[in-house]
Amino acid sequence: MIDLLLAMLGGAVRVGTPFLFVSLGECLTEKSGRINLGLEGVLVFSAMAGFGGAYLTGSPWLGVLLAGLSGAGLALLHGLLCSLPRVSDIATGIALMLLGAGLAFYLGKPLIQPQAPQIPALPLGAWSDSSAVQSALSINALFPIGMALAALLAWGFANTRWGLVVRMAGDSSDAARALGYSANAVRIAATTAGGFIAGLGGASLSLHYPGSWNEGLSSGQGLIAVALVIFARWRPWRCLGAALLFGGAGAVGPALQSIGISGGYYLFNAMPYALTLAILVITCSPRRSLQGAPDELGMSR
Amino acid sequence: MSRAPNTAGHAAAEAVLLPTGAIAAALLLFGVFVWFGGTSPVDAWMLLFRGAFGDAFSWQNTLQRAAPLMLTALAVALPARAGLTVIGGEGALVLGALGCAGLPYAMPLAPNVSGSAWVLLAGALAGAAWVALAGLLRQWRGVNETISSLLLGYIAIALFKHIVEGPLRDPASLNKPSTQPLAEGLRIGAISPDSFLGDVHWGLVIGLVLCIAAGVWLTFTSSGFALRVAGGNAGTARGVGLAVDRLIVLACGLGGACAGLGGAIEVAAVHTAANASVIAGLGYTGILVSFVARHNPWAIPIVAVLFGGFAAAGSLLQRRLGLPDASVLVLQGFAFVFILAAEALRGRLFELRMPALGRVRLATHLGKAV
Repeated sequence: MIDLLLAMLGGAVRVGTPFLFVSLGECLTEKSGRINLGLEGVLVFSAMAGFGGAYLTGSPWLGVLLAGLSGAGLALLHGLLCSLPRVSDIATGIALMLLGAGLAFYLGKPLIQPQAPQIPALPLGAWSDSSAVQSALSINALFPIGMALAALLAWGFANTRWGLVVRMAGDSSDAARALGYSANAVRIAATTAGGFIAGLGGASLSLHYPGSWNEGLSSGQGLIAVALVIFARWRPWRCLGAALLFGGAGAVGPALQSIGISGGYYLFNAMPYALTLAILVITCSPRRSLQGAPDELGMSR
Repeated sequence: MSRAPNTAGHAAAEAVLLPTGAIAAALLLFGVFVWFGGTSPVDAWMLLFRGAFGDAFSWQNTLQRAAPLMLTALAVALPARAGLTVIGGEGALVLGALGCAGLPYAMPLAPNVSGSAWVLLAGALAGAAWVALAGLLRQWRGVNETISSLLLGYIAIALFKHIVEGPLRDPASLNKPSTQPLAEGLRIGAISPDSFLGDVHWGLVIGLVLCIAAGVWLTFTSSGFALRVAGGNAGTARGVGLAVDRLIVLACGLGGACAGLGGAIEVAAVHTAANASVIAGLGYTGILVSFVARHNPWAIPIVAVLFGGFAAAGSLLQRRLGLPDASVLVLQGFAFVFILAAEALRGRLFELRMPALGRVRLATHLGKAV
């Protein structure tokens, strides 16, 4: 039982790290008043780019950087497209999902076989003799970076000029224009930065856990993370909690398998989707707009 | 804007020119893309055309692939006309396949046309329930239907795998877990095997008929009109006393039924049993088909044949030029991006007489002012 709990705790961090980055990226994007459903495509594409970068340069951190940059590139496309008149951000997100996956599968074809250098794990469990504790507490080095990012975003939204401008563009484009800021320019910048952050999540997938590149690497984690932002009420710190919760849910299947229960494997793997849906049903309401939602967001029309 | 002298003519011309231009641009960009990889773009374009429409065999392949695309496109188009962006076609399709393959386990079926009708109906109902659920959640709880339909799609695929590899698995299927194959009499055959149509099965006719039926419903009936009013402005529709919630759930259910039927036809006409081959992304391509057709059922068959053709040509690109099998996905992604960008030019294609690049720049500029 203790082993199971430890496996789930370790799994929460391991599986939750990509959720954390994508939901932080989406949080930043949505604060500026746009939805980027395409972060699912960004996640797949940047996972491929990160893996390729690490494989070709031999350095996992250059791979991480490349993953972030490629995520930013794809998100920039989203930002620009949505700035055209009569182009909906939801439709653009769907297009980006398909485009990101297509480009990743195409360019990633030669990357399915090779091994790339991995992002190191921080052995936080080294004090213990138990190998179960050690493996549970060996933590993805990107995870602390994600926590720092959550702190930075939370502080930045509340205390900096940039944070205020982003929130203003998200709450009232009229107010932004009155103060001489172009809402579209702010949104393009926020979407691009959000894409960079989500790209780090892609690197976590291909360079730490599961730690290889294949075409089934991400199936909906990016989308779940987008839904998590609603649950987190657009607050970076809550994104951290939500990511860990969903990482834990996603780790149930593998954890049960590790102690020898393998029936219903697919159903356990579908748990995060069902949990996301349940949370959306509970938190959404047709009568009031969502608590904490930026006013310009077309989420609950 | 409407001061232009020939507005209706211009709108009709734009309806053809914008999608055609967007697909031409996507093909052009695709050529540049493969050129960077060292492949001749002209070869790629030639093979795309030849693999899709070059001879009788490629036409057969194209039409076979177009049939399910028409149905999954309707799964996007019908809710879209009611104002919802539902993209759960893939989930409805796999559940439709499961319903079709699973019904013979539950009840004895006569191995004839009526039995076929029953398995197809089971597929349609499974798909209808799944997509109607997304519509219900939207109307009842205000859950964003795009996200919920996609999540439901992933859950459907997990259910499909669980059931196909578990309770309904045919012990004889060793390498590729499948349900028991449908009895010979329940399958759907070719329309006319000895003519130039070859293997093309009745699914194509079903797809065409349903596209036409959806077009007639939306264009000529009062309930179809009510649906379009609800999609245009739900508040106004409520104000004039339309049952908006019911219309929207109905549109989702009918759309889901089409995609479920598509999955059932894939089993009954192509794979003969439900297995992983059904999960081939047909639902996702259907989204693109519907967007290119501007959610217009009359235009869906043509667009479905075009993208069915690209899919058919994919294997030729793979064999002759050594391109990855995902090259068709890249082309689809480019097409999707350009079709959305083209939307920005609607209504002003004929008003601006300047080079295309300047036009796009102006469009961006106008967008900024909004």
